[in-house]
Amino acid sequence: MRFSISPEMATQEVQPNETLSNLKAESDTLKTKLEDERAKLHDVELHQVAEKVDGLGQFIMKTRRTLKGHGNKVLCMDWCKDKRRIVSSSQDGKVIVWDAFTTNKEHAVTMPCTWVMACAYAPSGCAVACGGLDNKCSVYPLSLDKNENLAAKKKSVAMHTNYLSACSFTNSDMQILTSSGDGTCALWDVESGQLLQSFHGHAADVLCLDLAPSETGNTFISGGCDKKANVWDMRSGQCIQSFETHESDINSVRYYPSGDAFASGSDDATCRLYDLRADREVAIYSKESIIFGASSVDFSLSGRLLFGGYNDYTINVWDVLKGTRVSILFGHENRVSALRVSPDGTAFCSGSWDHTLRVRNGQMCTFTHFCFVLQRLGKHLLCSLLCWLSFIRSSFPSSTKMSIHHGFY
Amino acid sequence: MTISTLTRGGAQREQQHCLRKMERVIIAMQDPDIGLKMRNQRLLITVIPHAMTGNDIMEWLIQKYNITDEEAGHLGGLLVQYGYIYPLKEPRSLILRSDDSPYRFQTPYFWTSSRWPASELDYAIYLAKKNIRKQGELVDYEKQNYNLLHKRINHTWDFVVMQAREQIRASKQRRKADRIVLECQEQAYWLVNKPCPGAFDVFDLGPERCNVLNSRVILNRRALVRNRVKSSICLESFMKFCDQYHQHDPIMSGCLPSNPWISDDTTHWTINTDLVGTPTRLRVERWSFSFMELLNDCLGRREFMTYLEKEFSGENLCFWEACEDLRHGESSKIILKVEEVYKTFLSPGAARWVNIDSKTMERTLEGIKQPHRFVMDDAQMHIYFLMKKDSYPRYLKSDLYKNMLSKAIVPQETKKSVFPFMRRQRHSSPSPAMVSQATEDNGKAKGAGPAATNSGTLS
Repeated sequence: MRFSISPEMATQEVQPNETLSNLKAESDTLKTKLEDERAKLHDVELHQVAEKVDGLGQFIMKTRRTLKGHGNKVLCMDWCKDKRRIVSSSQDGKVIVWDAFTTNKEHAVTMPCTWVMACAYAPSGCAVACGGLDNKCSVYPLSLDKNENLAAKKKSVAMHTNYLSACSFTNSDMQILTSSGDGTCALWDVESGQLLQSFHGHAADVLCLDLAPSETGNTFISGGCDKKANVWDMRSGQCIQSFETHESDINSVRYYPSGDAFASGSDDATCRLYDLRADREVAIYSKESIIFGASSVDFSLSGRLLFGGYNDYTINVWDVLKGTRVSILFGHENRVSALRVSPDGTAFCSGSWDHTLRVRNGQMCTFTHFCFVLQRLGKHLLCSLLCWLSFIRSSFPSSTKMSIHHGFY
Repeated sequence: MTISTLTRGGAQREQQHCLRKMERVIIAMQDPDIGLKMRNQRLLITVIPHAMTGNDIMEWLIQKYNITDEEAGHLGGLLVQYGYIYPLKEPRSLILRSDDSPYRFQTPYFWTSSRWPASELDYAIYLAKKNIRKQGELVDYEKQNYNLLHKRINHTWDFVVMQAREQIRASKQRRKADRIVLECQEQAYWLVNKPCPGAFDVFDLGPERCNVLNSRVILNRRALVRNRVKSSICLESFMKFCDQYHQHDPIMSGCLPSNPWISDDTTHWTINTDLVGTPTRLRVERWSFSFMELLNDCLGRREFMTYLEKEFSGENLCFWEACEDLRHGESSKIILKVEEVYKTFLSPGAARWVNIDSKTMERTLEGIKQPHRFVMDDAQMHIYFLMKKDSYPRYLKSDLYKNMLSKAIVPQETKKSVFPFMRRQRHSSPSPAMVSQATEDNGKAKGAGPAATNSGTLS
């Protein structure tokens, strides 16, 4: 076997007589060995492979809706599966459900705590979950009876020993995945509030999580203040993979649409792409002029664009394959705290500490596209002209002439 | 409950990163070779050395980082807000003007990263100095702070006043230019650290995050023996994925007939509802991308079920759906569901018996004795891959699919209206909380939403 560590040794428990310094030394050597192993199979960089792909033109992104109504910093937001409704939560404890298309507020709940840092829409669209400094995650069924007090039907599901940083429903309304400042993630049964599985492995606050879109649907990723991004098996509770290349807290993690990779945004002002099969970081999205941390990231539907909301109030749009920045968007007057692309990819919404949410989308600049078309058209006209000239001056058959000028295309 | 924003630990760590980066920018700006050209600035009758104009700052940023005007203005503005550069004229207005307004670099002694959090004692001394020098020079919020501090640290107030007097005396002995510079620096520092209420607060950082250590030896050992795939293969797959989905990405390729957020026309959503009569071409094409795409689409799944029924293997999909329902459903119903699945699909002579290999069947039957959420996982996986490798490719070649594809509609792109400023009325849609779930037949467990007690139309 090539590897110096045998599979049997891999599953051995740490022996009780190993001293702390021995453990540290072994941990460091293993880490170096791991980097070496990962590097062996790294035969090409992403931007090299992406050379053959067309570059993206200029994008014109515009704000299509501005949602005003929160009285304080917006901390989190999530889309409903109907592609137009949004739930958002803020520092003053308010959770609002909007129909973002009409900008109407449909429901509002006041939580008994401030800093509601996590909120999520149920897959059925019939409930929302939220939590924050109360260390809990509560589920509110959405009732359309205007006289009914939503808070009365509240169900307390998760219970952590520190603040709730993120929550997400799994494939149904019946289970919720949470991450907390107490360094753990947990899976809960909504109906009974029972803890189904807990995930230990982060050495500091866990700030974000995302569920895998993959076929087996059994894994999720989390990012924390220990600069690590971990991949977990939901069934066993084990950490399957771990990535530690960021230089500061990881604020946001999001799977690539195919489920084979994920992106992370961190306080070190970079976003990075990690490939799960190659088991390594494959791209860094950064620029010298970007100094403030990225708080929230999400992919466009095809995975070609990565949107990052930053603490310097801007949104940077990255070309995932080429590694370059496509666009920078201004508009918010304080840090962007949440950013999600809508379920059908028609728009993306950003929530900010300036109390508003903005729904934006864009298209590739038609002017650049027009120029490109004109360029091609120009070449075509030139071709035709040359052909006509050569035709009247020589006796070559027209088919051969056409083939000479095909080089232009 | 209030959050203390001036706590050490995590918050400080978060600050340090962007502060260090800003400091690198500032140091580069002051480099004698590649930095800004500084000059003397006349302030009333005194000459202040080493000043630069707002325009200079913008130009340097644009040139160094190859960014646009707007971005340079934004970045420069942040440098001013965080106190690394301060304006000489209108010192209370911490913005970057891209004209010839004079600015100076803050001395490292007063950098946000070195003297943070600001000490109360220093602030008291500063306010006392201002008060002594010129009565009435303190602004409203400063007067308030002054009074508050007077109450809070009354026991050392003599020391505060003594220090203030001493510092004023020492400064009187300096040259006028130096004195003005020091006063500007100190004022700039306090404007950032004790901002006017309502103004931007650099130290507003959010709730505190904390810090801890552990053994990762086991994890690393396991990681060493895992199978990895070559980068070239992995990265190639991203190209393919992006390319395949390019047409389906509304932000990249637009959507037909129009993007609802732009045109206010929800046709795009109505023609793509879950169980629409005739699906769009893009949607049907997407079913051929992967088996999961087909199953995730209600319509696709229904079509696939129809196909399987024709082939007399419909029980496979039913079994898969029942397993999904078990996995994602309520904990309280697990035992019931496992029994149902066993009776319908696994028991000998079952109505819809599924063909699983003997080993998996044995393992599953053993597991059923102590039913839990994941007891059907192996069997479900087996059936899933059976459908994926066998039935799915045949479905894609079948007439059923081909007919679907040919019948599928390609909506016309909406022509841009002649009067673009006339906004279409934005219609609201029924909330999902209202829609009856009885019609859902995809087997997914549904939430405990109350039945619709519609109290009227939504606005």
